[in-house]
Amino acid sequence: MKTLLCPLNGIRNIDEFIYGGEYHVEPDRKHADRKAWAEHVFFDTNSAGVVTEWWCHTPSSFWFLADRDTVTDEVISTYPFSIDPVER
Amino acid sequence: MRLSAPFGTRIKRDTRVFFSFNGTRLNGFEGDTVASALLAADVQLMSRSFKYHRPRLGLTFAGDDAATLVTIDHRANCFADTEILCQAMEVTSQNHLGSLGHDLGAAIGLLARFLPVGFYYKAFYRPKGIWELWAKFFRRSAGLGRINPSKQKVVPRTKRYLHVDHLVVGGGYHGMRAALDIANDGKSVLLVEQDPVLGGSLLYSRIDPEGVVAGRLAQELIGQIETNNNIEVMTTAHCNGWYADHYVPILQGHNLFRIRASGVTLATGSLEQPAVFRNNDLPGVMLGSGVQRLVHLYGVKAGHRAVIIAGNDEAYGLALDLLDADIEVAAIIELRAEPVKSGTRSALMESVVERGVRIITGAEPHAAVARRGHLSAIQLRGQTSREVHVAQYEPLETIECDLLCSSVGFLPQYQIPCQAGARLRFDEEDNCFTLDGLPPGFQLAGSITGKWGLDELAPDPNHSWPIFPHPQGKEFVDQDEDLQIVDIVNAVADGFTHVQLVKRYSTVGMGPSQGRHSALATAKITAAANRTTIDETGVTTARPPLRAEPLAVSAGEVFFPARLSSMHEAHSKLGAQFLHAGTWYRPACYPRPGEDRIACIEREVISVRRNVGMIDLSTLGGIDIRGPDASELLNRLYTGGFKGLAIGKSKYALMCNEAGVVIDDGVAARLAETHFYVTATTTGVENVYRQMLKWNVQWQLDVDITNVTGAYCVVNLAGPKSKEVLARLTTTDLDEDAFPYLGVREGEVAGIPARLLRVGFVGELGYEIHVPQTFGRHLWEALAAVGARFDIAPFGVEAQRLLRLEKGHIIIGQDTDAMTHLRELEMSWAVSRKKPFFIGDRTTAEIDTTRMTRRLAGFTVESANRMDVPQESHLVLEGDRMAGRVTSAAYSPTLDKIVGLAYVPATSAEGDTITIRVDHGHGLQATLCELPFYDPQTERQRVPDISVAVIEETLAERTSLISGSRSDLENGVVIVDRTLSDRCGIRGRTAASWLESLSMLVPDKPNRAQVQKDGTLLARLSVGEFLFLGSSNYLGSHPDGADSNYSLPRADSHAWLVVSGAHSRELLQAVCSIDLRPRSFLDGDVAQTLMFGISVILIQSEGIFHLCADITSSQYLYDALGESINSMSIEMMLKLP
Repeated sequence: MKTLLCPLNGIRNIDEFIYGGEYHVEPDRKHADRKAWAEHVFFDTNSAGVVTEWWCHTPSSFWFLADRDTVTDEVISTYPFSIDPVER
Repeated sequence: MRLSAPFGTRIKRDTRVFFSFNGTRLNGFEGDTVASALLAADVQLMSRSFKYHRPRLGLTFAGDDAATLVTIDHRANCFADTEILCQAMEVTSQNHLGSLGHDLGAAIGLLARFLPVGFYYKAFYRPKGIWELWAKFFRRSAGLGRINPSKQKVVPRTKRYLHVDHLVVGGGYHGMRAALDIANDGKSVLLVEQDPVLGGSLLYSRIDPEGVVAGRLAQELIGQIETNNNIEVMTTAHCNGWYADHYVPILQGHNLFRIRASGVTLATGSLEQPAVFRNNDLPGVMLGSGVQRLVHLYGVKAGHRAVIIAGNDEAYGLALDLLDADIEVAAIIELRAEPVKSGTRSALMESVVERGVRIITGAEPHAAVARRGHLSAIQLRGQTSREVHVAQYEPLETIECDLLCSSVGFLPQYQIPCQAGARLRFDEEDNCFTLDGLPPGFQLAGSITGKWGLDELAPDPNHSWPIFPHPQGKEFVDQDEDLQIVDIVNAVADGFTHVQLVKRYSTVGMGPSQGRHSALATAKITAAANRTTIDETGVTTARPPLRAEPLAVSAGEVFFPARLSSMHEAHSKLGAQFLHAGTWYRPACYPRPGEDRIACIEREVISVRRNVGMIDLSTLGGIDIRGPDASELLNRLYTGGFKGLAIGKSKYALMCNEAGVVIDDGVAARLAETHFYVTATTTGVENVYRQMLKWNVQWQLDVDITNVTGAYCVVNLAGPKSKEVLARLTTTDLDEDAFPYLGVREGEVAGIPARLLRVGFVGELGYEIHVPQTFGRHLWEALAAVGARFDIAPFGVEAQRLLRLEKGHIIIGQDTDAMTHLRELEMSWAVSRKKPFFIGDRTTAEIDTTRMTRRLAGFTVESANRMDVPQESHLVLEGDRMAGRVTSAAYSPTLDKIVGLAYVPATSAEGDTITIRVDHGHGLQATLCELPFYDPQTERQRVPDISVAVIEETLAERTSLISGSRSDLENGVVIVDRTLSDRCGIRGRTAASWLESLSMLVPDKPNRAQVQKDGTLLARLSVGEFLFLGSSNYLGSHPDGADSNYSLPRADSHAWLVVSGAHSRELLQAVCSIDLRPRSFLDGDVAQTLMFGISVILIQSEGIFHLCADITSSQYLYDALGESINSMSIEMMLKLP
């Protein structure tokens, strides 16, 4: 079983986590055109390479972000969400 | 026949073990395997082969071939060569019709010529239907062994977690060396060996002419391992696979250990490969290493006159062993030209020559000859070219022998490295397989690398083509499946050129030994037939499990989390039938003796409509939302507007996702300006809570969100007489004006602090009574006692579903699906347009601009026949076209007709007739109608004007009704249930500094705990969340919400077990997937993790462990711990430094 490093709780078996989807920056929900909004709601980039994803450690209900390489399934880093992207 | 000591290192000759084989009484020695005892007793035939029923005696004597599969004490398919002999074992042979000696099934061998590869695919399919007849015959002859279900023993199996720094698999020379090297670096090492003792091939192979080096090395290394405190040894244990991040299953006896290691070294060596020639499966034809095992380990003389087929120098060590064991070596057939001629003879070869053994060169085996089913001679021929067919050959002499040993090459145990992502390559120059591309932390040691030797590894001395086709075939490539050279060649000729296709078409490598002795030869033959290289051909994938694994290993000891409300026992007493809702057990209905389910549900419905009913709604999700931004959070998450909701009022709350799909609903009650209590569906609350947290991680609103589902027990008291019942238990003013519909009040019910919500889900006057979980039983019994004079009846989930259906209320998930939008439910009334946004608003707005295709509507069928009720998902037809489906339907005893909800075409209108396609294709006519079916004016929700009676009964003290402390369990581990003791939680941005201001010793980081001066324990769960064990004082003294800090009702939501005793850590290590070794999990450490599938908080403080988990799962947790303790006491395997 794979392990994942929770920024709050340390290394845990992957079955302690749930996947929360790709991290997207939300488009302006009032003014974004229909296509951009549909892209945001219904599509993931599914790119081959490093993507940023939401993960939640269920016993502590702690949400964080993970940079994962979808080709090798290697998790490059995990970190708490911060509003200021520079801090990440 | 037995050899005298020093042969037979593994047997104890002073203890005889008696057993039977096919009814004949035999005996062996303690330490024998079943196979070695059989051979020592001169048994010449152990089994019959799978397809042609050929006589077999055994090839490897290492548990690697199907020839030694027998049934032992009704356990089918045991490997006789690894199964340790026990007193009174009943051994029977397998796979024969009639007796083992006179197998009628052997006649099929005569037909071999007519059973080509792919036979089953080619024949029996014409004329159509004929296969059904043939299948019966094939099914009978398929499969190995017979199971007698009445004789199977149920053996307890356990699964345990085990953390080590480094795992070494294989206790041979290189495995022991690796273990010592790593242990000397200060790391803890687990050394796993499949045999009962360490040593590997050192225990039976010959390194030097005198035959002393191997034994000496083994003794030295075993001595060092035994005295090394960092090494733990597990013998008779199999590594059966490799999973991501070094998660490795080890099977030992009845235990499955789930090993998590930082690194893995595989030193599992290589497997000797048989030579392929005609009749290479006869009893008496064995691998050289197999014979050495028999001789050295068990003192079994496997024959009297031997011939050795030599493709490497191992053959000469073998020859010396045979000579020492007083077995005549008639000849060595040396397949290689150069070692004999060029004079680069090894010391072993020199020694063999000195002892006058005849070495034949320029020859190769042509065919083995049998007499009375056993090897009697080997026919030789001049060496031929490397082809898959033999056209012409020069016959040479025939040598009489009763033992034929082949020593022609080895194949690394590539299976587990390949599972870990390694690539197997074939080095044509050195004629050996090598592995590369291993993941980090994964190492190989010894001959698994493809190289051979002790300290300096050299290319494996394999013979490149030990394959000798015969014009009449029967040269077995795969002895499990009786596949000959021609079968592989024909598979390629039939177009299945890829080795994976060859496997699937011919079944090569699909037998019990999973290609361990056929993969190499198959690769070589396939490569030759394709005229490509072995590297390009490769071998087939070997997936876990590596070896056959009893299904009981996976099936045994599985824990299914269960949540029970604190009223559960009361339901059981009333004879409730339970159903699963997520992990909850909920009463479905309470049938009286002799009452059927439907009648019971209808009775419960009528009781609610006429009198009063009570239902346990503890499973209902509950979420506390507190803080200045509480109403803003709800405005964003739910469709409605909550800023203007008055304190003491509640409102329907509907949640969508960003795709505009309705995902959950509940009621939001405003308890204070900054405090909302929101309910959610039983199975939806976990997700709703997580989504709330996820959104607020991004929004960073000043609000605290706590899932308090387990903290409250809820009873919905519903029916025209509900007020009369409740009035006798509370001082809260229940008059319509004082406590209107959708009102929320906090007060006491039956002496318990309670939160009251006036709701109308079932369509009658009703009160949801929310009390702390621990008082659930008390509340239930109080309501039942007071309600008796009003004929109160408990009702279950089934009656509630029917009641709400009559009232036209939908259930999210039942009446909605993953495509259901607000518009289809006609629920636009639940949407506030006066707020900036809510989740799903944009998509909902876009959907509103498109054409609607379906809507959820009510329908009725004028019938009282319960048989006419359509089922969920029965189709709604529009002509012949599917236009929708039924989501809920039932016979309504209140309205005396069938009512239901269904998706219908958006264009349809009330009064229209629709056709529902019910079972067997019949059409049912239904009429669409307005919702609700029952009480459209909601007149039933009004409080009747009755005189309020005073509370008549004072109920018992709160504590006396809570089940007592459980400390009766002591088995090396003492578990004390402290659920009755005080505890509380504090959360908020400034919680840490607030606690410091109270002179508390605050742990400096999350997941640490600190003992306070007064002996209480303060655990920090995150930056701003704390759990107090042993005190609830702080809860009282803390103003809720002051300084953005909030109290959490942990005494009601968290059960608290204290685990202590000498074996407490061992117990927790075995059942918990995280590393709890003493140096990893320190005093004062806190772990939030899963245990038996439920979330727990584990705290170590002053040598004891505190375990907190959802209170409604406490019975489950307690039972699971008890089961683990019981299984561990059978066999305490774990040893701690």
